[in-house]
Amino acid sequence: MDINKNTYTFQFAGIMVVVVAALLSAAAISLKPFQDRNVELEKKQNILASVGITVERDSAEKVYADNIKKEVLLDANGNEIEGSAFDVDLAKELKKDREDQQFPLFINEADGTTRYIIPLRGKGLWGPIWGYLALEEDLNTVYGAVFDHKTETPGLGAEINKESFQEPFKGKTIFEGSELVSIKVAKGGTTAQDYHKVDAISGGTVTSDGVTDMLKERLSNYLTYFEKLQANAKPTAEAAPAIAPEIEETNTDSTQTIN
Amino acid sequence: MSGNKEALLSKKNVKLLKEPFNDNNPITVQVLGVCSALAITVQLKPAIVMAISVMAVLAVANVVISLMRNLIPSRIRIIVQLVVVASLVILVDQVLKAFVYDVSKELSVFVGLIITNCIIMGRLEAFAMAQTPWKSFLDGLGNAAGYGNILIIVAFCRELFGSGTIYGYPIVEKIGLYNLGYENNGMMLLPPMALIIVGIGIWIQRSRNKSLIEPK
Repeated sequence: MDINKNTYTFQFAGIMVVVVAALLSAAAISLKPFQDRNVELEKKQNILASVGITVERDSAEKVYADNIKKEVLLDANGNEIEGSAFDVDLAKELKKDREDQQFPLFINEADGTTRYIIPLRGKGLWGPIWGYLALEEDLNTVYGAVFDHKTETPGLGAEINKESFQEPFKGKTIFEGSELVSIKVAKGGTTAQDYHKVDAISGGTVTSDGVTDMLKERLSNYLTYFEKLQANAKPTAEAAPAIAPEIEETNTDSTQTIN
Repeated sequence: MSGNKEALLSKKNVKLLKEPFNDNNPITVQVLGVCSALAITVQLKPAIVMAISVMAVLAVANVVISLMRNLIPSRIRIIVQLVVVASLVILVDQVLKAFVYDVSKELSVFVGLIITNCIIMGRLEAFAMAQTPWKSFLDGLGNAAGYGNILIIVAFCRELFGSGTIYGYPIVEKIGLYNLGYENNGMMLLPPMALIIVGIGIWIQRSRNKSLIEPK
């Protein structure tokens, strides 16, 4: 048989394509349930990590059910709507107009206090970055943060999923008075007194800026809901997200002890 | 099939395994696969995982191509090689994602990078297309190991001098060098330093082994 004949070449290519396609799709379909399960458990692990609970993948399911008491789904106006907050895919939501987006929020109740966990998603240098930011009951102080990425450069942008990057977020505040200033990932060193800044990663400027933008954009979507929460909590206080000075004061203290 | 009976690990075959470590190293002598050597050598861990993955993919791809070598039409042989490599890499990636999710996260982009690794295409085209499966297997292992060897050396230097750690362990801090005024060299974290380290490697190798120096 002449293997350089045109007909043979076409036959060979055709058979090869069919075999390879069948092989790969069979693999993809049969492995999908395992992969989805891993992704789901990892999401639970990440949400738990933002409130300082580290669990093994296998026990994530149970610990999550014990600790995350409520999952809330919000519309663009801060109203609670029907639906599963956990199943919301931020990647898809971000492609929609802001008015049509749904905003999930996870609520952790432990040690007698409530913590609000905001899922984040934004752009890094090479691909998506995401994370979870846990706020204290005052909706201002950061209790913890986790970040992760898909394709950032190891040793540079990829460092956002390291403890050393996430630790400094603790105790930072997202409001200055009643204005949302979020937290900036800043170059050139920060001190314990910089309540709205954390140290950036050398060589990871684009990823660091991505984290800054992501925090600001995502947090701004929850402002109306926060206002409602605070109005409910303090019926006599003004409806504005007033961060009372004394609360600010206590934050200052907690930050210092943490640092 | 050549037909002559040869011991599985005859001198010639062992040479296939050993040569890529020195006289025929894919990175320092053939200067192939430099792209990935620059990209993933900031830390030791990804470098090691990459070395192992390349070894698996190259050895298997070499065997597959070698088995098919008499069937592949020469006009589309490069495409066939590419398809074999890409399918293997996707398969490996899917399996990792399903069963060892943490490792797959560690590898992230690099799995995809394996497809474009010139060493793999180079070995398929230059070796597996003309040799028996067993020899191709050894050649694949040897070349991937030679590649991984350089990767690990470069990653070791970059992580030690750039971040002050070895495999994530903060060695410099433990020794207490920072207190003496030592600082990490941030430049080590950037890709150009990988090129310089590979260059130094080539220099050292050629000064010790004159036969590698091309005649003027």
